[in-house]
Amino acid sequence: MRDDLQLDSHGRLRHLLTIEGLPRQTLLDILNTAESFVSVGEREIKKVPLLRGKTVVNLFFESSTRTRTTFEIAAKRLSADVINLNIAASSTSKGETLLDTIRNLEAMHTELFVVRHRESGAAHLIARHVPEHVRIINAGDGRHAHPTQALLDAFTIRRHKGPIENLKVAIVGDILHSRVARSEIHALTTLGAAEVRVIAPQTLLPTAVEKLGVHPYTDIRAGLDGVDVVIMLRLQRERMTGALLPSEQEYFNLYGLTQEKLEFARPDAIVMHPGPMNRGLEIDSAVADGPQSVILPQVTYGISVRMAIMALIMGGTAQTDAAGGRPA
Amino acid sequence: MTAIRIQGGRVIDPANNVDSVKDVYIDSAGFIAAVGKAPDGFRTENTIDARGKIVCPGLIDLRARLREPGLEYKATMESETRAAVSGGITTLCCPPDSYPVIDTPAMAQMIQSRAWRFGLAFVHPLGALTQGLEGKLLTDMAALEEAGCVGVSNALEPITDTLVLRRAMEYAATFGLTVFLHAEDPWLRNTGCVHEGEVGTRLGLPGIPEAAETVVVARDLALIEQTGVHAHFCNLSSARAVAMVAEAQKHGLPVTADVTAHHLHLTEHDIGYFDTQCHVRPPLRSLRDRDALRAALKTGVIGTICSDHQPHEPDAKLAPFAESEPGISGLETLLPLTLRLVDDQLLTLSEAIALLTVKPAQILGVEAGHLGVGATADVCIFDPAAHWILTPDKLVSRGHNSPFLGWEFSGRVQYTLVGGEVVFELGGTA
Repeated sequence: MRDDLQLDSHGRLRHLLTIEGLPRQTLLDILNTAESFVSVGEREIKKVPLLRGKTVVNLFFESSTRTRTTFEIAAKRLSADVINLNIAASSTSKGETLLDTIRNLEAMHTELFVVRHRESGAAHLIARHVPEHVRIINAGDGRHAHPTQALLDAFTIRRHKGPIENLKVAIVGDILHSRVARSEIHALTTLGAAEVRVIAPQTLLPTAVEKLGVHPYTDIRAGLDGVDVVIMLRLQRERMTGALLPSEQEYFNLYGLTQEKLEFARPDAIVMHPGPMNRGLEIDSAVADGPQSVILPQVTYGISVRMAIMALIMGGTAQTDAAGGRPA
Repeated sequence: MTAIRIQGGRVIDPANNVDSVKDVYIDSAGFIAAVGKAPDGFRTENTIDARGKIVCPGLIDLRARLREPGLEYKATMESETRAAVSGGITTLCCPPDSYPVIDTPAMAQMIQSRAWRFGLAFVHPLGALTQGLEGKLLTDMAALEEAGCVGVSNALEPITDTLVLRRAMEYAATFGLTVFLHAEDPWLRNTGCVHEGEVGTRLGLPGIPEAAETVVVARDLALIEQTGVHAHFCNLSSARAVAMVAEAQKHGLPVTADVTAHHLHLTEHDIGYFDTQCHVRPPLRSLRDRDALRAALKTGVIGTICSDHQPHEPDAKLAPFAESEPGISGLETLLPLTLRLVDDQLLTLSEAIALLTVKPAQILGVEAGHLGVGATADVCIFDPAAHWILTPDKLVSRGHNSPFLGWEFSGRVQYTLVGGEVVFELGGTA
């Protein structure tokens, strides 16, 4: 099995499917390029011509608002033509396979697919079966990976807290079902974070999670002790019916982030959430809207980071110049 | 039919403690006439040159799905029995989970007569343990046995009602029928598709815990002890389950077990990034589990290696991992993968051949798997020194779903004889 699916023979990014296995320098290149795109969003004319004449297809087999919208904005700011397809379950119910759908879209001469699918491994499957010139960005596959979210989180951390090497990060919540958590773990460990902790009851911690290079905690106060960054995960309400959790009240009492629990982290710790938030379930409104929260900046940076990823994947080597100068 | 002399091969017949260079004589009725010297008055009509080759009993595969009846778009009885003999397999056993299910004598007879018509491998069906494999009502087991079923099984369908299972075992014990068990708890398996461990966690694929197997092995062992039924555990996958079966055997329980060839060579790590060819049920587990399965061959706790052949059309594997269909097309890699265990110095050549011949014959209670005088002349002749690489064009099976494509093997079947007839010749027209 090819493991070099993501990088070409020169080590350049071809597809972005997972953070796992990507060199540290590739992640840094993406973050540095994203810095240069931040200013584009602050200009009056928010466009650069890097992807002019290219067609980007947002192919969402699973619903999404935030991720799809920020990809769309990012592609448009790069001057690409954007097509949004929300396929949900309709095509599969018509008997069309995932690969049939992709082949049909290829026949329309598109260059870049941004794919979200409910099944782990869908993005890898597609990347293995598209022609050489087509590029794939994984916008979330099952529980497996959500690499652009992890990169925008890393970008947010770096902007607000400085170099990741010195930081302790805690990820709190439904680690078991979270593609965000898996990608964040790979991003943070690759970028050399001082420590990555995961905090959840045992029912929501995957088996052998420590093999990913993290320290698991079941007590949130112990887990938050001395951390610089707190990342809260969304809790799906259907976890209550799967005998994974007893009740929302108990979850909020034990794992919901309140100001009282946040006091255990460093006083200058930041609070993040990939959205959409369940206020009063995994996070108290006072914390979500409080001075330590960087939840809205995450969304803003999401555009710059996704622009950077698309620009690098589509082979724009002059992207930093086009964006108006290298980052400081 | 013609009288055949297989000349100058190294005959390995573990059932008769034979391992030496001898000639094998097959009479025109298709039985072994002699091993060693030609019997008086034997007139050789056809000679097979087996010098430098191994001559052994035809292989017996305890579990192969032929996809007929019901799933002929995947494969047919003709295509798969042809694949079997090209892999040296002359007898195979098919589970009852075809469509329709083998839960009536008519179905059992139909399968045997279809196989007989093609005259390739012998096919022995397992009868369903419960009607429609639904785990509720018993089948007519006596009639199924009468119709040629070599045992009864609920295949991969769970029997969750322990009272039904107890009574099914008691009823099977009445006729001395062996019950073939697949140990998998459906609730603990849930939506799982890989081993619950490091790789499943990394890939975000729902896991099947080891306990899904051990919980059921424990339950079944208690009922085997209670009912005294002869039982066989199919497809053990975990070290702990092997230890439990070993303990039961030590206490004299009438239990046997098998393992698939792929569980002896692959682990969860071979899934890499979602290789659906490694999607199997039960799942590939850890290195520790694989090593325990290998060790159990040496100690005899596991009595045979089977292919668990499940041919698929290409689309079955072209899906995201969890949505792809589990199973490997394994008939043609059963012998090469077993011979690898000899190369790995786990088994002697004679032990390896015993695991594919006399031992599965004993588990099935069929008269096959040896080259004694008077036995049906089912013979496999292979070149132990032939090095070859498995490529899709070499596969005779309609299913090209194999994680072993590209592997280099040593040992390749040259001839296969069933009932004294050459049904496969490498590069030949048979």
